Amino acid sequence: MNSTSTHFVPPRRVGIYEPVHQFGMWGESFKSNIGNGNMNTPSHIVIPANNQKLDNNLSEETSHGTAGTPHMFDQEASTSRNPDKIQRRLAQNREAARKSRLRKKAYVQQLETSRLKLIQLEQELDRARQQGFYVGNGIETNSLGFSESMNPGIAAFEMEYGHWVEEQNRQICELRTVLHGHINDVELCLLVETAMKHYFELFKMKSTAAKADVFFVMSGMWKTSAERFFLWIGGFRPSDLLKVLLPHFDILTDQQILDVCNLRQSCQQAEDALSQGMEKLQHTLADCVAGGQLGEGSYIPQVNSAMDRLEALVSFVNQADHLRHETLQQMYRILTTRQAARGLLALGEYFQRLRALSSSWATRHREPT
Amino acid sequence: MDKVVRMSSEKGVVIFSKSSCCLSYAVQVLFQDLGVHPTIHEIDKDPECRDIEKALMRLGCSTPVPAIFVGGKLIGSTNEVMSLHLSGSLVPLVKPFQANLC
Repeated sequence: MNSTSTHFVPPRRVGIYEPVHQFGMWGESFKSNIGNGNMNTPSHIVIPANNQKLDNNLSEETSHGTAGTPHMFDQEASTSRNPDKIQRRLAQNREAARKSRLRKKAYVQQLETSRLKLIQLEQELDRARQQGFYVGNGIETNSLGFSESMNPGIAAFEMEYGHWVEEQNRQICELRTVLHGHINDVELCLLVETAMKHYFELFKMKSTAAKADVFFVMSGMWKTSAERFFLWIGGFRPSDLLKVLLPHFDILTDQQILDVCNLRQSCQQAEDALSQGMEKLQHTLADCVAGGQLGEGSYIPQVNSAMDRLEALVSFVNQADHLRHETLQQMYRILTTRQAARGLLALGEYFQRLRALSSSWATRHREPT
Repeated sequence: MDKVVRMSSEKGVVIFSKSSCCLSYAVQVLFQDLGVHPTIHEIDKDPECRDIEKALMRLGCSTPVPAIFVGGKLIGSTNEVMSLHLSGSLVPLVKPFQANLC
């Protein structure tokens, strides 16, 4: 097989010379016909725009098929002296072009089908989200490999989060069972530590996801709608956590009461500081985007400098999760094992109720009136 | 770096930040909430910014800004300050530097 794949015919023979560059998108099967293993170099194939002139001479030529390729190149220099060779080459070109058009048609049809399927899937995802369901587990079965944000890091996170919630539900169930029954402190301690580590695992997952798409984490789209209502920098408010937990501890020592009081105050102060930092980030970002002349249609410099500022958003999400982590850690330190277990059960159930609220709210219109 | 040592040894709470850094601003707000008036060094306004950054990293900061020093001692960055505060250890640390209210 020859190495060059440029077929050409002197202009006077064919009216139009049309290079076709985009072989890559037509799939592997196209390669062999071109005889060019390197998809990066565009091959030029003649696609005669007007075949009528040539058809008359070719009825006996087409039966030759694609034979005689080496001969064609031997006589490249003498094409003007050999009209038969030219006709054969033209026929081969037409055949190749015809096959190429058929393949392109098939590929486009495949794309159209995929596109429709994608729209369908996106609609299903939206519906499921509105109902407060987790759709993470469905994503890996999607043959197109797309997720809502078409970002593999986010698709992975959504899948992992689906698993995380399942495990969370299982742990809450177990805590409820053992706290109503009998369990020794050592085993209970293990359960509590497992539950704590489970939350910390979520923060790690979020940190990775924030690097992939910080806006996604900030938006809380991976949570149910009611949870999103309480969103603070990509998750729950640490002070809310304390508000939920504290009523469940009726018997606290004086030291515990003091520690809890201090924790509430320092948690609130840290939260306020981060909130103000976020406000400043919003203002500086807005100033950045609005910089220069608005209305002139040029925005590339503003977008570029805004991109730099957005990196700070990742730090804020990480800091907010760090605050959540530390709040949980301090509560664990202050409370006894049994109190911590009850606290974690209460917290877990609180989030379960929020998720149930999201589902109920989304389906409330379905009830027949 | 001498300059950094000198600046960080100033009395009270010293924060190395950048004018564009909003996390540094958050740390500032926290200290102010605790009744402390930290000394802020915006290193991006300093011609030797790069060298200061390198010196801060060498001293053990994970990120050059914000870098918080209390009484000449490096506390760390935002993470460390938040951890200290939630564990109740930050207030005793800055108590000698709290602005007198009387």
